[in-house]
Formats: sequence, structure tokens, C-alpha cells
Amino acid sequence: MKLPIYLDNHSTSPCDPRVVEAMLPYFTEKFGNAASRNHSFGWEAEEAVEQGRKQIAQLIHADPKELIFTSGATESDNLALKGIVEMYREKGDHIITSATEHRAVIDTAKSLEKKGISVTFLPVDKTGRVSPDDIKNAITDKTILISVMLANNEIGTINPVREIGKIAKEKGIIFHCDATQGVGKIPVNVQEMGIDLMSFSAHKIYGPKGIGALYVRRKAPRVRLEPMVHGGGHERGMRSGTLPVPLIVGFGKACELCEQEMPTESVRMAKMRDRLQNGIMGAMEEVYLNGHPTERLPNNLNISFAYVEGEALLMGVKEIALSSGSACTSATLEPSYVLRALGVGSDLAHSSIRFGLGRFNTDVEIEYTIDRMVKAVNHLREMSPLYEMAKEGIDLKTVQWATH
Amino acid sequence: MAYSDKVVDHYNNPRNVGSFKKEEEGVGTGIVGAPECGDVMKLQIKVENETIVDAKFKTFGCGSAIASSSLATEWLKGKSVQDAQKIKNTDIVQELNLPPVKIHCSVLAEDAIKAALGDYQKKAEEKKIGKEGAATGS
Repeated sequence: MKLPIYLDNHSTSPCDPRVVEAMLPYFTEKFGNAASRNHSFGWEAEEAVEQGRKQIAQLIHADPKELIFTSGATESDNLALKGIVEMYREKGDHIITSATEHRAVIDTAKSLEKKGISVTFLPVDKTGRVSPDDIKNAITDKTILISVMLANNEIGTINPVREIGKIAKEKGIIFHCDATQGVGKIPVNVQEMGIDLMSFSAHKIYGPKGIGALYVRRKAPRVRLEPMVHGGGHERGMRSGTLPVPLIVGFGKACELCEQEMPTESVRMAKMRDRLQNGIMGAMEEVYLNGHPTERLPNNLNISFAYVEGEALLMGVKEIALSSGSACTSATLEPSYVLRALGVGSDLAHSSIRFGLGRFNTDVEIEYTIDRMVKAVNHLREMSPLYEMAKEGIDLKTVQWATH
Repeated sequence: MAYSDKVVDHYNNPRNVGSFKKEEEGVGTGIVGAPECGDVMKLQIKVENETIVDAKFKTFGCGSAIASSSLATEWLKGKSVQDAQKIKNTDIVQELNLPPVKIHCSVLAEDAIKAALGDYQKKAEEKKIGKEGAATGS
């Protein structure tokens, strides 16, 4: 086993060597511009782009023509929300989204709010799921867009997207889904799920950074977007700019691998994740699972360790790359808004750790992680005044804290 | 953001972790912060003849908060009650090389020191009044 161990795959993932291998020729020999129509360099590049598009489309059951390449899921989210609002503003000025969306959706929605768009941020239940009924009730005759994520990046909770897609269809409202964490990990079918627009990216699925896509439905309904980036009219005019051929080749290869390996990979991932969860939760008291017990990504585990602060815990296991919902890991000193939306108390939000498993993790690494986490938590609990008080039988909720 | 070597050292080998009995004579206890804010410090001093002979802490918080309180106990030991009042959060920032986002950890440590000293003085005052009350025979 090699240290450090990478367990932060919701943040990004390493490129699969097979992806890198596929990309390499497109940096040097096959360097053409896919938009060059008059020579073999251009044709070769165009062919590679179309091949990539096909591989990506296949993974999500879309038509290759329905994919718009972007720089990543953040740009895709921006293009979806801003592009729809600008295009359909005449029709209405209301959009519906949820409280636990990625910041790329939340902040974009907030910037639209400042421009006079009315935004409903729906709450989620204590497992992190958006209720289809809440969506139904929030729809007005001014609603032009519903944007709900497939799976959450912190807690891995999977939303009832199919039901939401059905409601959107019935009401004739465009449905955007940020599927960045879900694509490649769980089956995604834009037809069956009733998705009209979908954001995702390559680097979360062992592809390169700097490339993402926005799926834009072409039929029933034909979705139109006002572009944000103008120029040469690439990507059906929705996103101009020379296509990054090597990145698209890598994105395509990454999708192809995910499609081939998902049946076995998702099972292996869930097995390792379950072992990690049982190993940690079985060895300590007052450890709480955040998110949904079953409706969640196979590679996600989010746990709160009572009486221990998240960042301090990360410091104690610094040879393992993890992420925390603690305020101390953010610039704002506010703990995770996702956990807060679930109703997790600030104290437990500060104590949360996210484990993001990936293709290259091994059973040995999981065993090592369990052992290190238990030791680090015990070390910190020994010096935690809260643990001491709880042991003395003091109910921490009744204590008058000198809040600063 | 990487931690300074001193913060890492205090985190790995915290000085003076533990507790005194709050009601014990000469003990002053300061508890500051709140769990919702992500840090709570408990700092205790034991005073004999106006000199701090021992200090202990327990902290719920990030590595910098743990290091700040651990350092505070080191500094408090051997100081007179009067000199202990003079410990400033900026001294802690400097010693531990804390980045701007972690300055609040040092502020909390200073607050904890002040609270422990205050508690000690309050207890000493009450004891004095108690004795005087006994002397006047009331």
C-alpha cells in the first residue's frame, strides 16, 4: 500500500491510464482543429470529436448531436440556467431549484434573482431528498425551469429524478439536472428520466479536467438556449470556441470505460464503502451517517463524529485525502449548507467527514483508513471538553454557551 | 493551507491535556466558545500564593484552536496571576504563525485565559467575604 491514500473522489479523480493513452496522439500528431473543413488534419480531429461525442452520448442514452461541450460542469450549469432564462424570459420569470444543489447552480440562481428572476429554493428531507410533491406545489404559470441535481456531492443522496422529470413533462416545464456526481457511477438515461438539460464533466469519472458537457434535448421538446460565449458558432451556436480535441477524446474514453465497468465497479465500490462504514461505526459510539441509508451513490460515505471537529480530524489523518463539512475548511466559517439543509445541527455539521471512494482504491486502503480514523477520533475525544461533559451526563443542548 | 510546524507539534503532542476539579481550592475554570461555532475551549488554572502552579485544557476545535490552547497552558504555568492577564492573542498568533483565517482561534484562547482568571478571582473574592462574614460573627 502506498501513502497518501486518495479518498476525495467527489472532488476530482485521477485520469485512468487508458484515458491518457487514448488522448496522447491528439496533442502531437493529430493536433488538427475540428472546425477545419479543408484538410486531413481537420477531418481527423472532427472524426475524433464525433467518436468522443458518441461514447459520451451512449453512457447517458442521448443522441450525440444533443451534447454541447463546455469547460466543465460549472459552465454547463451556468449555461443551462442563464441560457434558459434569457431565452424564455417572455414566457415566465420563475425557476425552481433545491437547497442542496452545488454552488454552481445556487450561485447562478442567486445572480439571476438579482436580475429580477424569482427563485424557489426547495427544502430537502432529513436524508437530503427533494420531494416531487414540493416541486408540484411550487410550480406557477410563470415557471420556466426546474433544476434539481441527480446525486449530491457531499452526502451522495440520489434524488427522485424520474418523478421530477415526469412532473416537468406534464406541466411543460424544462427540467435541468446537474448529474456531475451521478454520471458514470449509476445508470443515467435522459429519456427514461425525462431530463431536458443535463450537466456533467470528465474529471469526476477518471477523465481529464477542463472538459464537461451540457446535454440539450433536441426533440420533445426542442430546448433552445441563449449562448453565453459567442464566436465561431461551434456546438450548434450554443457554445463557441475551438473544441479541445484531446480532452474530448479523453472524456469519450472515460465514458466508454464507465459504461463497460459500471456493473462490476459499482458493486465493488459499494462493498468497500459498506466495509468502511461498518468498520468505523462499529468501533465507536456516537458516530452518525449523513444522507440516505440506501438511496445514495455507491462511492459516497458521509459521517459525523460527535464531539470532534472535522478539520482537526483531517489533520490527524493527514496521509488520507478527505474532505470535511466543517466551517474551518471554508473561508466563510459557516459549516456545510448541505448538512444544515438536512437539519443536521451545526455541531454535528462541524464534525462531518466525507469519504469519496474511487476506481483505484483497494481493500487494504479501506482497512488502513478505518484503523486511522478510529485512532484519530479517540485521540481528539480525549482532549474534547464536550466529550468530557457528555460523559459526565451533562446534556450539551442545555448548556448556556458563551457564543462568540 | 499547510499548518506551521509548531501547530502540528502541539496537535500531535498537546501539552497539559486534562481537567482539575472545578470546586477545588485555587482552581479557576474558563469555558468559551460554542459547539455550533465549531470551537469550545476549557482552560483551567491552579493558583497558589497568586502564582499559577499548573494549567490544563481541553479543546473541541480545529488544529489551530487546539494548538492555541495548548500553548496558553504552557505560558500560564509559573506566571503570576497579574502577568497572566497580559497574555495577548497576538502573541499566540506570532508564536504559532497562524494565518489570518485562524486568528479567531487565538482570540478564543485569550478569552479562555481571561475567563479562567476571572473565575479564580471571583472564587477568591467569595472566599474572602465568607471569612470576613465568619469573623464578624454574623
